[in-house]
Amino acid sequence: MNARRVRAIAFKEALQVWRDPRSLAVALLMPFMQLILLGYGVSLDIKHVPLCVYDQEMSQQSRTVVDGFLSSGWFSLARALPNEAAIRTAMNRDQCSAVLVIPADFSRRLAMTGRATVQGIFDATDVNTTNIAMGYAEGATARLASEFESKYAAAHGVEPSAVGSVDLEPSTWFNETLDSRNFIIPGVVAVILALVGAQLTSLTISREWERGTMEQLISTPVTTLELMAGKLIPYFAIGLIDAAFCLGAAIFWFKVPFRGDLFTLFVTTALFILVVLGFGYLISVRVRSQLGASQIALLVTLLPTTLLSGYTFPIDQMPAPIRAISLVVYARYYVSILRGLFLKGSGLAGLAVPFAGLCVSALVILWLAARAFHKRLD
Amino acid sequence: MVEARSLAKTFGSVAAVRSATFAVSRGEIFGLVGPDGAGKTTIMRMLAGVLRPDQGEILVDGVEVLREPERAKRHLSYMPQRFGLYEDLTVGENIFFYGELFGVTKAERLERTSRLLDAAGLVPFQRRLAGQLSGGMKQKLGLICALVHTPAVLLLDEPTTGVDPVSRREFWSILYDLRETGVTILLSTAYMDEAERCSRLALLSAGEIRYCDTPARLKEQMPGALVSIPSGEPRRLRALLSGQPGVLGVLLMGDRVHVRVDDRDRRTPELVRLLAAQGLAGALVEPAEPGIEDVFVALLGEREAA
Repeated sequence: MNARRVRAIAFKEALQVWRDPRSLAVALLMPFMQLILLGYGVSLDIKHVPLCVYDQEMSQQSRTVVDGFLSSGWFSLARALPNEAAIRTAMNRDQCSAVLVIPADFSRRLAMTGRATVQGIFDATDVNTTNIAMGYAEGATARLASEFESKYAAAHGVEPSAVGSVDLEPSTWFNETLDSRNFIIPGVVAVILALVGAQLTSLTISREWERGTMEQLISTPVTTLELMAGKLIPYFAIGLIDAAFCLGAAIFWFKVPFRGDLFTLFVTTALFILVVLGFGYLISVRVRSQLGASQIALLVTLLPTTLLSGYTFPIDQMPAPIRAISLVVYARYYVSILRGLFLKGSGLAGLAVPFAGLCVSALVILWLAARAFHKRLD
Repeated sequence: MVEARSLAKTFGSVAAVRSATFAVSRGEIFGLVGPDGAGKTTIMRMLAGVLRPDQGEILVDGVEVLREPERAKRHLSYMPQRFGLYEDLTVGENIFFYGELFGVTKAERLERTSRLLDAAGLVPFQRRLAGQLSGGMKQKLGLICALVHTPAVLLLDEPTTGVDPVSRREFWSILYDLRETGVTILLSTAYMDEAERCSRLALLSAGEIRYCDTPARLKEQMPGALVSIPSGEPRRLRALLSGQPGVLGVLLMGDRVHVRVDDRDRRTPELVRLLAAQGLAGALVEPAEPGIEDVFVALLGEREAA
């Protein structure tokens, strides 16, 4: 390795990126757009489910029920319905995905027996959303029930526990403090870095072939290792900037709690960037057109990273063969490291397994990348 | 300085180079001449160590290119046929880049750059992007980048194709200066006037070196003698003269027709009479010295040389 030649290649590459709007856009604009798309677009939380209310009683009690639903933050009032027929109309017109029906005898039953029923109607076309909304409804009902229960007990001079007949603990309990965003965003950061990193370097060798500069370059004494090192250095710097941007946005914009230490974050992030850049470089060596290389880099990174990295779908729920395949999806190691760092505050020791996985990925990919390039035209 | 022994290279079913053997001594300007597809570029690439021959041996400055291509690359500079520099880098940045790759000291680089830029007339364009240069300027920049270190061997693949006459003159004056310093130059060209400037030529046809000698001796090898006839209708003249007794070949040279005959003294009056009979009385039939193009066509045959 001749430091001067590495520096020359790195300098030249940096100048080219700086002067190439397409590379600059990939380097700086792409992470920003993906962060917005993935950070906001992908959320397993459902907030403000549009709710129509058909309050047959219109009493103070029934209004308490409605307020209880709305104050939870999970539902927002779409419309108040005047009659039964309006329910179907509202559903058909997609004005709401849930309807709360409070029967006319709600207060009377509650006063007499201490028990009353409200009806929840859910638009089940989107099963997933419905399940979540139903969970929310149960949660809201449960809270209301416990309020009514204590009132009833107080009014009838019995101990609340003696009422007992109402079991108000719903079986599907959604923990409202668990914001899925905390879980998703670290994964989003990993996906973005994997995508952008591979895109960046996928162009670097193919550009030389396409523009006809490779022939002269390989006639010089520069070695393949010097070429790779020199080419990766500027993209490594860009990758670190992108990582700082994404991680900063995760912490300060999306307010994901960060409980780990910055040193571990830096080391693992730097290592991950090296892996994704090496991967893009490997593709670039193999595919001699820029368009082809960038398409392949996108395809080969996007699907495995989103599906098999554990970023949305938990790996331990996957069938064994898929789990085995996911071992080579190097993004999964960084996803677990980031989750550990953000949510659990794990140190490097606690992250030994994914860290080892990342190290092995780095060694394998950089080794393959270094061997892939030959200074020959054929 | 450069030695190639029975080089061969096949692409698929096409034999690009069949068996090329030649040796170039120090300080020579050696020209590979031949039509497109004759194998000039393939030979250049093999010499530069960027393409592996199927068989054969190459020595550059005492280094076996096949065994130690990377060591050989330190002794040579190669300028590919297609412009190989970075169009999004400036003239100065390209020179700096290649200087760094070859480990040239800053003082050397500055000295050489200013001298070469001056000789090439590129001094005012140092900060211009290479992509915004004219064809001729690009080629001269390529040459400067190739010369920013001191190569023992300079390989130039059709360096002046598409270059204006002024730039070509400047280009050649740099090459002559280089030869004075003992650099060995190999270049390929499809221009016959340029071939004439080389100290030795290899005439290539269909992947084989058919003749290899100095331009003067190649001319001596040409069978027959040449007469030149100025004409306003050279094509008609060619049709008229081809196949006449004693006429070995007819070649169009702009507004003249070169006729190769077996015996100049005997055929000249015959040709004058023939032309007069065709209504071309008073046509000048002058003796002419052959150029490389005449030789090339005479030696290789019209179809192969075309």
